[in-house]
Amino acid sequence: MNALPTVGPLRPDLQLIGDMIEPDSRVLDVGCGDGALLAYLAQEKSVDARGIELSQEGVNACVTLGLSVIQGDADTDLADYPSNAFDYVVLGQTLQATRNPKDVLETLVRIGRHAVVSFVNFGHWRTRLSLMLNGRVPVPAGNQHGWHDNPDIHLCTVLDFVDLCEELGLKIDKGLSLDRHNQVREIKTGSHMANLRGEQAIFLLHRE
Amino acid sequence: MTESPATLDPIANGELPGHRAELGSEAPLRLDSGAVLGPFTIAYQTYGTLNADKSNAILICHALTGDQYPAEQHPVTEKGGWWDLMVGAGKVIDTDRFFVICTNVLGGCMGTTGPSSIDPKTGKPYGLDFPVITIGDMVRAQTMLMDDLGIEKLFCVIGGSMGAMQVLEWASKYGDRLYAAVPIAGAPRHSAQNIAFHEVGRQAIMADPDWCQGNYIPEGKRPRRGLAVARMEAHITYLSEPALHRKFGRRLQEREQVTYGFDADFEVESYLRHQGSTFVERFDANSYLYITRAMDYFDMAAEHDGVLADAFRDTQVRFCVVSFSSDWLYPTVESRTVVHALNAVAANVSFLEVQTDKGHDAFLLDEPVLHETLSGFIDGTVRHSGLSL
Repeated sequence: MNALPTVGPLRPDLQLIGDMIEPDSRVLDVGCGDGALLAYLAQEKSVDARGIELSQEGVNACVTLGLSVIQGDADTDLADYPSNAFDYVVLGQTLQATRNPKDVLETLVRIGRHAVVSFVNFGHWRTRLSLMLNGRVPVPAGNQHGWHDNPDIHLCTVLDFVDLCEELGLKIDKGLSLDRHNQVREIKTGSHMANLRGEQAIFLLHRE
Repeated sequence: MTESPATLDPIANGELPGHRAELGSEAPLRLDSGAVLGPFTIAYQTYGTLNADKSNAILICHALTGDQYPAEQHPVTEKGGWWDLMVGAGKVIDTDRFFVICTNVLGGCMGTTGPSSIDPKTGKPYGLDFPVITIGDMVRAQTMLMDDLGIEKLFCVIGGSMGAMQVLEWASKYGDRLYAAVPIAGAPRHSAQNIAFHEVGRQAIMADPDWCQGNYIPEGKRPRRGLAVARMEAHITYLSEPALHRKFGRRLQEREQVTYGFDADFEVESYLRHQGSTFVERFDANSYLYITRAMDYFDMAAEHDGVLADAFRDTQVRFCVVSFSSDWLYPTVESRTVVHALNAVAANVSFLEVQTDKGHDAFLLDEPVLHETLSGFIDGTVRHSGLSL
């Protein structure tokens, strides 16, 4: 009864995030969903794992796993944390759904010594082609919404994100892209190839 | 209407189950008001078995009109325990694993010293000579009971509503004496609106001529009407508009049409009248005055120059804060204020707003999400505490 619940294989993008995190560190996962990444980190890397999640179902699932998760969102529930409260703050596929991504990003690198941010790259060639051929706003695979009710209100490309990091004075320690065949590529800063070929992007950052 | 004073304090008849501890005879309880109280009695009930190293104790803190009987038939009303859904063998608070303690709060009327107890100085019930108490005083009295029981560190302190206030007070003032804190449907301070509701209740009691300036016991009277009105008013605040509508709508009480009078035409009126009239059989009016006052005075941030986070600085306690979406008495924003303060000191906290239309009283009701979450939290805390429970 006292053992941690078993963790199944992680989603490939979460595994890449997990691989970026040092053992025995303090991690806050913002938008932690059902807690899969946190449970993995707690079990495999002895991480002090905390989370924030918007949905009642997600929080319920996490706390039921014994994880420490609060119901809230990135826009309103990060401000109170003290600086450097965590070694890593993870924002997985959530940045595009925040009201103010710039403020959120600044908060991430304030409360964490590192931030790990992943997002769907709107610069991927399929997205570009889709707009050109269909003349309609592309909706990335797996997204069930139309343009009018899509919670992803601040979509960006790899280049957009790199620009914002530069503007905020953030140092990119590592950038990885992932495509639908789970092919992982290193993102060279300013690389137009990564922006074309990566369907998802994952960045490890810190304040300079 | 007169009756024998003995029935006012059923525990005085010696018929009520549970334990009593006589405390404060060596060092009296120093109250926040500056008054001292001692010796005094704490009436409490326990379930389950305390393990050898006394590490499996859970303290349940009751709400305004609760008592020390969360998990057994109530000795006065003969209804089920007020938290039967949560506490028992194999339940969320599992009495097969944990030693569960529930005390009747200071100022209460189920055996713990309160305004209906006999003042040793006069040989008569205290009445309004009983000192005004606070949530802090209630909790300090509980710590004295834990000393008496030899329990240095509680596994968990849990409670809803006023119980949540006690939980927060425990975590803030005695953080090294508990592993986990579960404040449910609570607040870090009593809001102006809540003070206002309490004041209406108190005025109803004090306006009843049978209250006798608080001296009703020696007069052989009880302010039944006033206390019933106080209960009726408070009961509305524990529900929600959708819950009331679902339960009663505008349905008429055992009649085809309205009577053009002031009878209880509507089901909801009849229900409230019933709530009021049954409440007065088990609760003391002066206790109601004192305990509502204690809640009104509760303001954790005020003791820390308005910075709530300072109430929890360096805390090692694991928190699980829960609120209910339709609770307008202790709305989610109050719990969120606590969570933000805990975040500010990087405390280990979980927080869930349960979606329900049942209002404030949801903590007492069948809410599977609440129960699942708390089960997970308790199991997680057992793992993290390293205790072998």
